[in-house]
Amino acid sequence: MADELVLLDVHVSMFGMRVRIALAEKGIKYEYREENLANKSTLLLETNPVHKKIPVLIHNGKPICESLIIVQYIDEVWKDKSPLLPSDPYQRAQARFWADFVDKKVFDAGRKIWRTKGEELEAAKKELIDALELLEGELGDKPYFNGDTFGFLDLAFITFYSWFHTYETCGNFSIEKHCPKLIKWAKRCMERESVSKSLADPITVYEFVLMLKKKYGH
Amino acid sequence: MADELILLDLWSSPFAMRVRIALREKGLDFESIEEDLSNKSPLLLKMNPVHKQVPVLIHDEKPVCESTIILQYIDEVWRDKAPLLPSDPYERARARFWADYIDKKIYSTGRLVWATTGEIQAAAKKDLIDCFKLLEMVLGDKPYFGGKTLGLVDVGLIPFYSWFYALETCGEFSLIDECPKLVSWAKRCLQKESVSKSLPDQYKIYDHLMDLKKKFQAQQKF
Repeated sequence: MADELVLLDVHVSMFGMRVRIALAEKGIKYEYREENLANKSTLLLETNPVHKKIPVLIHNGKPICESLIIVQYIDEVWKDKSPLLPSDPYQRAQARFWADFVDKKVFDAGRKIWRTKGEELEAAKKELIDALELLEGELGDKPYFNGDTFGFLDLAFITFYSWFHTYETCGNFSIEKHCPKLIKWAKRCMERESVSKSLADPITVYEFVLMLKKKYGH
Repeated sequence: MADELILLDLWSSPFAMRVRIALREKGLDFESIEEDLSNKSPLLLKMNPVHKQVPVLIHDEKPVCESTIILQYIDEVWRDKAPLLPSDPYERARARFWADYIDKKIYSTGRLVWATTGEIQAAAKKDLIDCFKLLEMVLGDKPYFGGKTLGLVDVGLIPFYSWFYALETCGEFSLIDECPKLVSWAKRCLQKESVSKSLPDQYKIYDHLMDLKKKFQAQQKF
């Protein structure tokens, strides 16, 4: 019986992009459904009643929620192709730690950059730059966070690259100036089809944020 | 060579309690070093430079941070005894989802119940009871969230049992009335030595949380 896969997603979501990359890495076919978060579908509300958020992956009718949990699920079910998590438990713990760091620090600071002004904005910029510099330190001289091959942490973080232009424009600063190695790493990841096909165009992301700013008066 | 396990610990931290339970479930010997968060040790700052928080598990001198990540690490290294996660990928995803839900909701909501008053406390109390009722539904008729034995979700949630007396006293409600299944589940967990040895006394925690409450309220005053 062929697997039935449906992904409830939003094109500009860095969390949704993670799942798209994972599915592409494994060569898995799926049906993509774009959600309108101002008017959530019945399917979304039924499959993620707790958080009512995207992404949701529905595999043969059974939903999986939370992007990093979905990615690990995909990695465990389709384990014979393109493994995403390292096999060593210590390295797995490190990858999970830094992916959690991205979720906590990069997302929160980035969000404040396009939603605030003045002092709050300056504080958010510093927070973001500090977080990115720490990540750059973690990358070191490796081609990927995962080492010689693209892996879980690369996947978890590269999706934020599509939002860099938005952060830079709203915050009036250059990420490359602070973290040149990260930009090199990002461009290296973008050479992978799974990544380049899954990431939203940075201009599309910025236009989406401008629309939100207008709507909510940020 | 025997594994060297050091836990940078805090008696009152629900997150540290999780790791103590998991290590004991696996029958592992470890050294617990009590941290003073107002005066963090050089070892803590070296082993967790990013967050500077406990718990940190140091295994043969290599640190692992963030309690839910530590639990999965312990489970993956010592696979053969007392598995915390099931083998089926879908069930693993479900367990991780609920462990993440507990991480997102219980600490912050519970804290508002014992640390605040008035409208904020009332809203938090309702929210917390709703969370516990949802978790009761997830538990269903199983003895543990993990099925027949303690799982990731059980270990993630049971430390908050040490908060029950403080929550009921400050929030003026009875958990056994609101969430009887959850209370039965908690008592069942406490029959396990790994849990009873790892959780502090509820009254000691109450006194400690009331000290924190004073500090918290002092910070909020203008």
